[in-house]
Amino acid sequence: MDSKKGIIFTGALVGIIAVLLVKLGNPKNMGFCIACFIRDISGGLGFHRAAVVQYLRPEVMGLVLGSFAVASLKKEFNVKGGSSPFIRFTLGVTVMIGALMFLGCPLRMVLRLAGGDLNAIVGIAGFTFGIILGIASLNKGFSLKRNYKLPKSEGYIFPVMNIFLVVLLILAPSFIFFSEKGPGSMHAPALIALACGLIVGILSQRTRLCMVGGIRDLILFKDTYLISGFIAILVFTLIGNLSLGYFNMGFEAQPVAHSDGLWNFLGMVLCGWSSVLLGGCPMRQLILSGEGNTDSVITVIGMFVGAAICHNFALAASPKGPSPNGKIAVIACLLVVGLISYLNSDMANLKSKGKGVA
Amino acid sequence: MIKVDVRGMSCPQPVLITKNAVNSNPKEIEIIADDNTAVNNISRFLKISGYKYEVNEIKEDYIINAKK
Repeated sequence: MDSKKGIIFTGALVGIIAVLLVKLGNPKNMGFCIACFIRDISGGLGFHRAAVVQYLRPEVMGLVLGSFAVASLKKEFNVKGGSSPFIRFTLGVTVMIGALMFLGCPLRMVLRLAGGDLNAIVGIAGFTFGIILGIASLNKGFSLKRNYKLPKSEGYIFPVMNIFLVVLLILAPSFIFFSEKGPGSMHAPALIALACGLIVGILSQRTRLCMVGGIRDLILFKDTYLISGFIAILVFTLIGNLSLGYFNMGFEAQPVAHSDGLWNFLGMVLCGWSSVLLGGCPMRQLILSGEGNTDSVITVIGMFVGAAICHNFALAASPKGPSPNGKIAVIACLLVVGLISYLNSDMANLKSKGKGVA
Repeated sequence: MIKVDVRGMSCPQPVLITKNAVNSNPKEIEIIADDNTAVNNISRFLKISGYKYEVNEIKEDYIINAKK
C-alpha cells in the first residue's frame, strides 16, 4: 500500500467515513477527531467532570486495534520504546492543550474546512507555522534520541487496554460517565463506530497516513506522498458534506467551534510544533501505539492527561471562545515546547560540550 | 561510499539523516534501518534525489544500497 493510489484511497475513505459518522450521530464536522475523542474518553472514565464531553469513543479503540491486528499480520508489530518518554508525555499534553484551544486535532481541522468552517483556514495557517517551527528545530539537530527493542508483552498492554475500554462501553457500568447533552451525547451506534475505527486503523497503518507529515515532508523533502492523503480527506469530506447538505460556509455559528482568530492560530501553532517534535499527528500516535511503539503510547497517555488538565483547570475553549486560563496555558506551553526544542538540539549540546572542554 | 545507521530513530529522523548524507553527493550510499516506515520514507527520498536503490532484509534490519 506504499503507493500514492493507496494513500489517496485511504484519505478518501476517511473522508467518507467521517461524513457517515456525522450522519449516524456524531457531532457535525466531528466525524473523526482524535483530540475530541480522547478528551471524551478521559471524561467517560471520570478523569475530568465536564458533563458535556464524556463518552467512550469506540473510533479510538478501533484505530488502535485495527493497527495492532494488521501490524501483527504483516509482521510489523515491533515493540520498542525508551526515546525520551517523559518529554514525549509532556508534548502529548501540549498537543492536547493546543488542540482544545482550537477545538480539534489536525484531522478535525481538515473536516471543519470541508464543512465550510472558515476558522479552519486560520487553524491551517497556525498549524503550518507550527510545523515550520518544528522543522527549524529538526534542522538545528533536534532529537529525542533512539528507541530500543522491548519485550513483546510491553506492546500488548495498550491494545488489551483498548479491548477493555470496548467492554466497558458495551457493559456501561455505573462508574463510567456518559454525557446526556452536548457533544459527548452525540454519537454514532457503538459497533458501527468501532468498525469505522478498525477500517481507518488498518488502512492508516498500511499507508502511514499522517496529517503533520503531509505538510512537513512537502516542505522538508518536496515529498507529496503524505499530503495526498491530507488532500483526499478534504476533497471527499467536502463532496460528502455537499451531498448531505451539511456544508455551511462562514466564520460564525460553526458547530463546536469559536471564531477567535488569534487563539485558533496559536492553538494550532502549538499543536503543529509539538506534533513535528513527536514525529507525527495525534492519529499517527494512536496507529504507532497499536504497532507496539510504547513511546507513542506514552504520548497518547500524555494527551489523555492533557485533556483532563484542560477541563479540570478550565483551559479548553468552548463555542463561546477561549478562556483566560486557556490563553495563559497556550503561551506557557509554547515556551515549554521552545525550551524542549532548544535543549534537545545541537545548539544546547554544542554549548554544553564547549563548557566541558573549557 | 557513505554508510548511515538510522536504527532506533523516530520519524522523520531516518530520512533527515539520509538527506544530510546525500547533501555531499556521494555516488554510493548504504543505509541500515530497523523500521519499515523509515525504509519507505528513505526509499521515496532516494528516488526523488535521483538514486537507484535496493532493499535487503537481514534478520531484523534492512540494508538499503543506493547508487547514483
